[in-house]
Amino acid sequence: MSKLPFVDVLDNTVSSHIKDDMSSFEYTYKAEITNLYQLTAAEKLYQLQIIDPKQRRDFTFRPGQFVMLEIPGIGEAPFSISSSPIRHGDIELCIRAVGNLTNFLNRLQRGTNVGISGPFGTSFPVEKMEGQNVMLIAGGLGIVPLRAPIFSVLENRSRYQEVDIIYGAIKPDSLLFTYQYETWRQFDINLNITVDQPDSSWTGPVGRVTDILQKRIDEITNFADTTYVIACGPPIMFKFVCDMVMKKGLPMHKMFVSLERRMHCGRGKCCRCNIGSTYTCLKGPVFDYWSVLNLKEAI
Amino acid sequence: MIFKVFDKAELQKLFEIIAINPVVGPVSRGLDRNGLPLVDFDYVYDFDDLCLDYRNTTHSLKRFFLPYRENLCSFEMNGDNWDKIIDLNVYKTHVFFGIHACDINGLNKLEKVLTGNVYPDPYFTAKRQNMFIIALNCLSPLPSCFCRSMGTDTLLHGFELLLTDLGDRFFAEIQSSKAFNILKAIETRDPEEHDHERYMEVIEDKNKSFMTQVDTTDLTKILDMEFQADVWKEWGDKCLACGTCANVCPTCYCYGVEENVDLELQGASKTRHLHSCNLIDFAQVAGGHNFRPERHVRLKYRFYHKHRGFVEAYEESLCVGCGRCGNACLAGITVPEVIASVRGKEHSHE
Ligand SMILES: Cc1cc2nc3c(=O)[nH]c(=O)nc-3n(C[C@H](O)[C@H](O)[C@H](O)COP(=O)(O)OP(=O)(O)OC[C@H]3O[C@@H](n4cnc5c(N)ncnc54)[C@H](O)[C@@H]3O)c2cc1C
Ligand code: SF4
Ligand code: SF4
Ligand code: FES
Repeated sequence: MSKLPFVDVLDNTVSSHIKDDMSSFEYTYKAEITNLYQLTAAEKLYQLQIIDPKQRRDFTFRPGQFVMLEIPGIGEAPFSISSSPIRHGDIELCIRAVGNLTNFLNRLQRGTNVGISGPFGTSFPVEKMEGQNVMLIAGGLGIVPLRAPIFSVLENRSRYQEVDIIYGAIKPDSLLFTYQYETWRQFDINLNITVDQPDSSWTGPVGRVTDILQKRIDEITNFADTTYVIACGPPIMFKFVCDMVMKKGLPMHKMFVSLERRMHCGRGKCCRCNIGSTYTCLKGPVFDYWSVLNLKEAI
Repeated sequence: MIFKVFDKAELQKLFEIIAINPVVGPVSRGLDRNGLPLVDFDYVYDFDDLCLDYRNTTHSLKRFFLPYRENLCSFEMNGDNWDKIIDLNVYKTHVFFGIHACDINGLNKLEKVLTGNVYPDPYFTAKRQNMFIIALNCLSPLPSCFCRSMGTDTLLHGFELLLTDLGDRFFAEIQSSKAFNILKAIETRDPEEHDHERYMEVIEDKNKSFMTQVDTTDLTKILDMEFQADVWKEWGDKCLACGTCANVCPTCYCYGVEENVDLELQGASKTRHLHSCNLIDFAQVAGGHNFRPERHVRLKYRFYHKHRGFVEAYEESLCVGCGRCGNACLAGITVPEVIASVRGKEHSHE
């Protein structure tokens, strides 16, 4: 056979622009654990600082977004950013030790470096809510993602009408961020904290967040026209809260929830976070109630 | 479009020209338990090993660009600090030889999610961009094939060269200048009227040979309306929740990520493995809560993702109608039958 000319169909190097894309896929920053506080028996507050000063300044997020936190060799998981957005790359995460990654994290000390990618996901549109009443309703660990919008609203307090925070936990000693309630109260807000199972020291309200919510809804004049509602908590709480405010005629686009699903990539790839085929990591975790109603199996 | 025609004997030359690159193509693996040919995609070093008259392969082409297990990065540990080393696992351009429309359309669909959205996946994208695809028009679909219903029996893009067997010659559609250049090395001619006529005949015969249809009209709405239908429960009772369907599917890409520390504690690695939404732990979160604990809910979700969610996002379904899942399923669950039953119809083979 005569000699054939060999053709190398493409050169073998990976196109350089893919290498650039790679950094955008990763969005990874190295961050140092600068401080940790035990908040309750199960939850710790982690203060993290992105190490590179420029990256730290450039890191911005919106209230409600989350980061993927990685401990090399152990794993990666999503956590809501629980600090004020004006603090850029100095972020706080409040994390409950429940499994592999979170228990390992629980044993780490100050000064350890972890990986952070993000911020990912949708956020609470706090600017849109300006000029109106804002009602923030949290159950249990649901206060963690609500803390960033709380900071945002309080930092711009004059731009909002009445601000309500309604937060319920099982027992007094499972309440999170107790050390901040006094500061929050100074911003002329209605802070209502309730527990299911009071102990002897508890003097506040007892019962569900929905009891307080009902009372407040009835008090607020023209509720449906003047108010935005943000809620985060266990699925059963969503159901009651949403039913209640919908009954009062609140338009569906004025009610926001943050939903949680399993996540492995946070980037719309692994499909683990799908609710009826919507990626929670891209189209959520913050959804308005209209979108939630259009998702099968959402709550 | 630019077309050329060349004699069958020239194909071997074409193969040998490009064989300087790793070539992947259909190869025979003997017979299955029913005495039917088993064909798989694999590296091919000799033209004679190619099995170009294949009808369909058991596994799709997926593992060459979305490996079942892939190392994403490694870490060098150093006390409280560490460094991350990323390797996209692309070493050489691959030539894919004799690939049917279903697999290429599957690749095109994956590209939409894995390359097209806000966070392109570099591992997939790099491999995809280092591919040279010589497609082959599939002229004898299996009875289980329903690509025609899914609009994936023809090819619009995603390949360099598309060959159609006209009997004694190949009809070639050229889609890239590289392919055009390569064809210069073999003997070709411009097609004439009788080549066009022959091409049309061949395609008409092919179209007549499809035995399975799926009605996708208004399917996104019907799936919503029938979300609570009893048929899901019935299919769920049959399903073994084994994940084989996702394994053989050219478009299933769901994955999980796992990290491991080396024994000497000096390094660590991060691996992704393809998963299946039919497997029980797929939607389980911390504390053990499972959003889809029942088999029929997971099976339904798989159909939902493919025939509703993806359609909503990309105006096309995430199924190319290759029928592989149905052929591989030990419980005999096939897409045409499930969809027909959700529409309230008995599925019929014509
Ligand atoms: C948007 C979002 C925000 C979150 N914010 C917080 C927060 O602020 N504080 C907090 O304590 N927890 C939060 N979670 C839950 C947290 O991600 C899980 O508790 C954590 O993944 C458990 O990891 P693990 O390895 O310790 O548990 P394991 O059960 O050992 O989990 C193994 C793997 O499963 C995945 N996984 C398990 N449970 C979940 C889950 N509920 N959500 C997503 N992935 C999961 C992770 O990828 C993890 O690597 C959030 C979850 C989501 C989706
Ligand atoms: S449909 Fe068939 S192949 Fe898929 S998980 Fe169920 S039994 Fe396995
Ligand atoms: S779902 Fe089944 S028929 Fe559709 S592409 Fe996947 S394997 Fe092929
Ligand atoms: S977390 Fe992977 S797709 Fe959303």
